[in-house]
Amino acid sequence: MNLYKYAAPSTFYPLAGRLAPWFYGAAAIFTVIGLYIGFFVAPTDFQQGEAYRIIFIHVPAAWMSMIVYLAMAFWAAIGLAFNTRLSSMMALALAPTGAWMTFIALWTGALWGKPMWGTWWVWDARLTSELILLFLYVGFMALHASIDDPRRADRAAAVLAIVGAINVPIIYFSVQWWNTLHQGASVSLTKSPSMATTMLWGMLVMAIAFWMYCIGAVLSRCRAIILERERSADWVKEIA
Amino acid sequence: MEWESWSAFWAMGGYGGYVWGSFGITALVMIGELMLVHRRHRAAREAVKHIHRA
Repeated sequence: MNLYKYAAPSTFYPLAGRLAPWFYGAAAIFTVIGLYIGFFVAPTDFQQGEAYRIIFIHVPAAWMSMIVYLAMAFWAAIGLAFNTRLSSMMALALAPTGAWMTFIALWTGALWGKPMWGTWWVWDARLTSELILLFLYVGFMALHASIDDPRRADRAAAVLAIVGAINVPIIYFSVQWWNTLHQGASVSLTKSPSMATTMLWGMLVMAIAFWMYCIGAVLSRCRAIILERERSADWVKEIA
Repeated sequence: MEWESWSAFWAMGGYGGYVWGSFGITALVMIGELMLVHRRHRAAREAVKHIHRA
C-alpha cells in the first residue's frame, strides 16, 4: 500500500470521512468509562476533597493543548518545506481544536484554582505560558485569515507556528524552571506517578477519550477545509 | 459506590459549582465545536454545488 497517495486531498477526503466516525465512537466509549472511573471508582482526595475530580478533564485538555500545537507546527513546517497542500490544510484544521483544548485547560484550571488556591488566576509561569499558547493559536488563525491568497497565508502562518513551538517546552518545564503556584507533574515518563492508581486510570482513560475526540474533530474540519479550498477541482464535483 | 445519595453526588462535597462548571463547559465546548465543524462542512458542500452548477 502506498501511503503517499493519501497526501492528495482527493484521496484523503474520503479516507477521513470513513475514519472520523470510528474516532467519535471511541471517544464516546472512553468518555463513559473514564467518567465512571472518575466519579464512581476513584476515591475522595484526602487534601482536595471532591474538587480534585476536575483534573480528569483539566490534565487531558492541557496535554492535548500542547500535543495539538506540536502537530500543527509539524504539519505547517512540512507544508512550508515541501509545498504540500494537504499538510497546510491539516495545520489549519488543528488550530481551532487546539485553541478549544487550551481554553478548557485554562477554564477548568481557574475553577480548580478558586477553591484550592483562593484565586481564579495568578501570573505564574505555567498559567502565563498556557495563556500565551492560546494567543499563539488565535494569532495563527487570525494571520491565516488576514491573507487572501491561501498558499501565501499557509507560509506566513507556518512561520508563526514554528517559532511559537518554543512555547510548548516552556509550558511543560515551567513548573521545574520557575517557582510556580501550579503544582509539578504528578505523572511523567521518568518516575512513577504520585497519585492513587484508580485516579491515574481515570485520568489516562479520559486522556485517550480526548485524543480520540481531537482526531475526529480535526479529520472532520480538514474535510471542510479541503472542500473550501479545492472547490473548483473536478474531483470535488463528483463527491459534493 | 462512593456516594451516599444522588444529592451528595451533585453536591460534590461542597465543590459542585466548580466541578460541574468544569465538566459542563467542557461538554458544551466539545458539542459546540462538532456542530460548528458540521455546519462548515455543509456550507462548503453547498458552495461546491453552486460553483459546479453555474
